[in-house]
Amino acid sequence: MLDPYRIREDFPILKRKINDYPLIYLDNAATTQKPRQVVDAIKHFYENCNANIHRAVYTLSQESSELYESAHEDIAKFINADGMEEIIFVRGTTEAVNLVAYAWGLHNLGKEDEVMVTLMEHHSNIVPWEALSKIKGFKVRYADVNDDGTLNYESLENAVSNKTKIVCLTHVSNVTGVINDVKNVTRIAHEHGALVLVDGAQSVPHLPVDVNDLDIDFLAFSGHKMLGPTGIGVLYGKREVLEEMEPFQSGGSMIKEVTFDTTTKRCLSSWNDLPWKFEAGTPNISGGVGLMAAVRYLKDVGMQNVKAHEKKLTDRALNRMQECEKIRIYGPKDAALKCGIIPFSVDGLSSHDVALFLDSYGVMIRSGFHCAQPLHEKFKLKSSARVSFYIYNTTEEIDRLVEVLKEIEQFQ
Amino acid sequence: MSSVDDYVARIEETCGEERHFIVIFRYNLKNEAIARILKKAKMEKSTSRIAFELSFRDVSFRLYVTGKAIFRNLKDKEELRKVLADLLL
Repeated sequence: MLDPYRIREDFPILKRKINDYPLIYLDNAATTQKPRQVVDAIKHFYENCNANIHRAVYTLSQESSELYESAHEDIAKFINADGMEEIIFVRGTTEAVNLVAYAWGLHNLGKEDEVMVTLMEHHSNIVPWEALSKIKGFKVRYADVNDDGTLNYESLENAVSNKTKIVCLTHVSNVTGVINDVKNVTRIAHEHGALVLVDGAQSVPHLPVDVNDLDIDFLAFSGHKMLGPTGIGVLYGKREVLEEMEPFQSGGSMIKEVTFDTTTKRCLSSWNDLPWKFEAGTPNISGGVGLMAAVRYLKDVGMQNVKAHEKKLTDRALNRMQECEKIRIYGPKDAALKCGIIPFSVDGLSSHDVALFLDSYGVMIRSGFHCAQPLHEKFKLKSSARVSFYIYNTTEEIDRLVEVLKEIEQFQ
Repeated sequence: MSSVDDYVARIEETCGEERHFIVIFRYNLKNEAIARILKKAKMEKSTSRIAFELSFRDVSFRLYVTGKAIFRNLKDKEELRKVLADLLL
């Protein structure tokens, strides 16, 4: 069992007051707060080990390199990848998707091909494919979403064909929290010879994720949504797929050698081994160290415990929010179908007004499209308010949220 | 001579059909900004001392005592800045 009250002791920010009220942070789908262990790991790195990694023989660089490589190894174990060669550090989920689009898609997609995405994707898993389609001429197809926010698997299965070269879908919707059956989608995609890219930004921090069990080809996720620092994220790729791919960016670190050919008067390069082939330039070393500390923290808590705790909070919030007369909740009302994300609206108020009212009471929530405008259009919504939970949230905070929402209802 | 930027720390433009602007007043001058606005705008409704529903000419907005305001359906940031100048200066 997870004890949120003990966990809260590791998060100094949660002791803050906002507008004279105790801070209630419910915007965890956007970013999470950082435990002392993560902050200390970054501080320790800069105060004791800081040096550029790889290709230096002195002690500090060796220590930095070992830490940075350990971070890759820890993350490989965390998602059950076959090794650190399959773990590429990037800035975040957006960069990971762009890496696949440009390092794989640019060389493997043509006019006759199709890319399948879903209507519930975050813009970061739509826009790179639409942008690349303008260059390469392939078609982007969209799997539909049911009225309750779940993925319409029939529409996906009907649309996938031998023309489909990659299926890109989110594991968990960042708007509704709906958990997609990635294993089933992967089976369908692989039957047609298509690769599968999973946006794990909202799943890896909240559920046990096993890339081998899911059999997916790529998994993208962000460190800052799972207690880690901003500016560091991960692209997992199956080793055989990554080995076939061209580099995303070129420069230092990602090359094995660069030689000058006196005949052609040109430089010739050969690529470094995985994962460094995809990590050009000096990487975000301290970010990697911070992410490693975050992953160790989550492992100590236990991902099954994280999942169970969030289900408990989501259950309570869904039940209690339905006590409010003017509140409409979108997406499934069954906590078993989703992670701890609840989109809603209050009759007569814009989502931004709801967020500003809650802010007055120290409750931090998000409002707007949450970078998922197509899904809002599907729901015929101009925007939505969204609460999202994590390991340090408590049932008392949910009750306080509902109490304040009931007050807001009276304001109109 | 004071300017809008003396009072305003940030302006956030919302996305989508509802083109609203959220104005965040500088923390140290928020009370003065609120007082100035309340002097010039017409009070439509006050909600529990948390926020005021106001109008100024044909612009409707909600002002929060936390020092934030949401201005609705303005054409662009330039129009917003003109309204803010008239309210604050």
